[in-house]
Amino acid sequence: MSADSWHIGRAAAPGLACGPLFRLPATDVPQRQRGSAAEETAALRAAIAAAIAEIEMLQLSAGAEAAEILEFQIAMLGDDALTEGAFADIDGGMAADCAWRTAMDAQIADYSAASDEYFRARAGDLTDMRDRVLGHLLGIADTAPPHGAIVLAPDLAPSRFLAWDWSGGGGVALMGGSPTSHVAMLARARGVPMVVGLPPEIGRRPNAPAILLDGEGGRINLAPTPDDIRSFESRRKQAVADAQHWQQFLHRPAKTAAGHRVLTQINVAGPGELDHLDPDICDGIGLVRTEFLFHDQPTLPNEEQQLAVYRRILAWADGRPVTIRTLDAGGDKPIVGLTQDGESNPFLGLRGIRLSLAHPEIFRVQLRALARAAANGPLKIMLPMVTVPEEVLAAADLLRGEIVALGNAGIDCRPPELGIMVEVPAAALAIERFPASFFSIGSNDLTQYVTAAARDIAAVASLNDTANPAVLGLIERVAAFGKSAGKEVSLCGDAGGDPRLIPQLLATGLRNFSMAPSMLARAKATIADWSGAPS
Amino acid sequence: MSEAPIRAEIEITNPTGLHARPAVKLTKLAKSFGASIELAFAADGPWIDAKSVVKVMALKAPRGAILYFSASGTDAALAIAALSDLVRRDFDEGPHAAGGRSTAEPGHVG
Repeated sequence: MSADSWHIGRAAAPGLACGPLFRLPATDVPQRQRGSAAEETAALRAAIAAAIAEIEMLQLSAGAEAAEILEFQIAMLGDDALTEGAFADIDGGMAADCAWRTAMDAQIADYSAASDEYFRARAGDLTDMRDRVLGHLLGIADTAPPHGAIVLAPDLAPSRFLAWDWSGGGGVALMGGSPTSHVAMLARARGVPMVVGLPPEIGRRPNAPAILLDGEGGRINLAPTPDDIRSFESRRKQAVADAQHWQQFLHRPAKTAAGHRVLTQINVAGPGELDHLDPDICDGIGLVRTEFLFHDQPTLPNEEQQLAVYRRILAWADGRPVTIRTLDAGGDKPIVGLTQDGESNPFLGLRGIRLSLAHPEIFRVQLRALARAAANGPLKIMLPMVTVPEEVLAAADLLRGEIVALGNAGIDCRPPELGIMVEVPAAALAIERFPASFFSIGSNDLTQYVTAAARDIAAVASLNDTANPAVLGLIERVAAFGKSAGKEVSLCGDAGGDPRLIPQLLATGLRNFSMAPSMLARAKATIADWSGAPS
Repeated sequence: MSEAPIRAEIEITNPTGLHARPAVKLTKLAKSFGASIELAFAADGPWIDAKSVVKVMALKAPRGAILYFSASGTDAALAIAALSDLVRRDFDEGPHAAGGRSTAEPGHVG
C-alpha cells in the first residue's frame, strides 16, 4: 500500500468503506429562523411546490405501479385540505416547519389508527410526503448523497446526518469535527464509518471514481492504486471476521479473564433506537438522553408525552435498571426558545442542571413524569453538569415536592434513585461532598474540561484524550470513593466503549460501563481479554 | 344553485375499497365538472367534498360500503352519471389491472 496516497485525519467511527466520493455543497446548518407569517406561508408553499416537482421527476423514471403511488402523493400534496391546518397554524405564529410537521403528524396518526390494514399502510406515504417537504423547508432535500457514497464536507450537522439513508453503506470524511462531536456519536451508533480532522486541502484534490475510507486508521485515500484496493479489501475481510468473533460475546455477561463480572449497559438517545435491539445484550440502560423529547417539537413535551416515552423504554428493558438523564441542553446541544443564544462560551454557560434549575416550571414536568414512570420499573434519575452539592439538594427538593403533590392527587408514583453525572472537575475532585445515590462519569465532558481542549475543534482534538493521566486519576478517585461508600459508579462517555481505553479504565477500578449499543460486542471481547489485577 | 341537488348511491365492489388509486381517479373526475359534488357514507351525511383526495381518502371506505353522491350545478347530472359509472367499473381496476396480481391481496399499494 503506497503510504503517500493516504490523507490522515482522526478515527471517529470504525468501519471500512469503499465507494464514490460525494462532495457536499456548503450550505448552512438546516435550522430555520422563523420569519413573519407571510414569509413562513410563502416558504411552505414553495417547499410543497418543490416537493411536487421532485415527485414528478421521480415519476418519469418510475415503473407504472410506482408512478401511480407517486400520483397519489402529488394529488394529496396539491389538495388544500391537507395544508389548510398548517397555514392556519402559521397565521397563529408557528414556524413553517413546525406547522407542516404538526399538520402531517395528525394525518399520519389518523391513518396509523385505521382498522383496515390497507389504510393503515398509507401512513408510510404521508410520512414520506412530510419528510420530503420538510427537507425542502430545511434546505437538505437536494443534497442527500447517493447510496454507498463517501461524503466529504468541512463539517456535518447531526440533523443532516440523521436525515440521510445510510442503509446502503458509505461513510463520512470531515475536514473539521472531532471524534467526540455528536455527529460522530451518531455515526458510531449507526455503524457508519467516519474520519474527522482531515487536512483542508483535500477538499480541492482530484479523486478516483471509487475512494477508500478507513474508519479504524482515521484516513482516506482519494486515488487508490489497485494494490491499495486489494489490501483494503483483505482488511475488510479481516474486519468482518473480527466482528464475527466479537459477536460471540454480545449475548453473554461481560467478564474479565479472571472471571470478574463487569456490568455493560447501553446509551440511547431515543426509544426508536431500541426497536431492533435485544435487551439480553446489556445489563441495563446506563444513559437515556432526553434531549430528543425537546428537539423539533412545536411545543415543550408535556407530562403525559414524557411518561409514555419513559414507560416504553422501561418496558423494553424488562426489569433491567434504566438511568434517565434529565434535560442536558446547552453547550453544543441548543434548543430553540430554551437555551441561551450568544453565550461567549456555551460549554461554560447555562447548560445541563443549571438550565433546568433556571426553568423550574419545565424541570418539574420532567420530574413528575419520571416519578410516575418509576412506578413501572427500576428507573433512576441522573442530573447532568452538577458542579456543587447545592444543585443536587435543589433538584431533590423539587422532586420531593412533585412526589408529594402526586401522592395527594392519588396518582401512582415512586421516589426514584437520584444520582449525578460526574463531568465537571469540581465534582470529581470533591466527590464525597455530593449527596447522590449513584455516580456516572461523563468522560466526554470531563475530558474536555480537564484538558481545556474542545471536543469539536480539530486543531486541539488530540489534547482531548481520556487516557491523559489527569483524567484517569480523577476517574480512579471517583471509583475508589464509590467503592468505599458503597455507591454505584459507572462511566457513560465514549471511552466506555473504546477498546483502546477499556483496559486503562478497568485498571482505575471501574466495573460498570455504558456505551453505544454497536460498541457492546467488541467491548465485551476486550474485557474478556483483560487480565489486570482485580480490584 | 336553486335547483335541488342530484343524488345517487352505489356500492363499492373494488376489493380494497376506495383506496389511493381509486381516490385519485374519483377526485380527478369530480374536478373536471363545474358542479359542486359531495360524497358521504350515509344518506344523511356527513358530506365531504368529492374533489378533495385528502377528504375522500379520510373516509377510508372499505369494499361493500355504499357511497352517496350529491351534486348541484349546471353539469350535476352529467357528473353523477360519470362518477357512478367509474365506481361501477371498479375504477377500471379489473382483476388484471394491477399487473396480473390476484385481487385477493388487499395489502398491495394502490
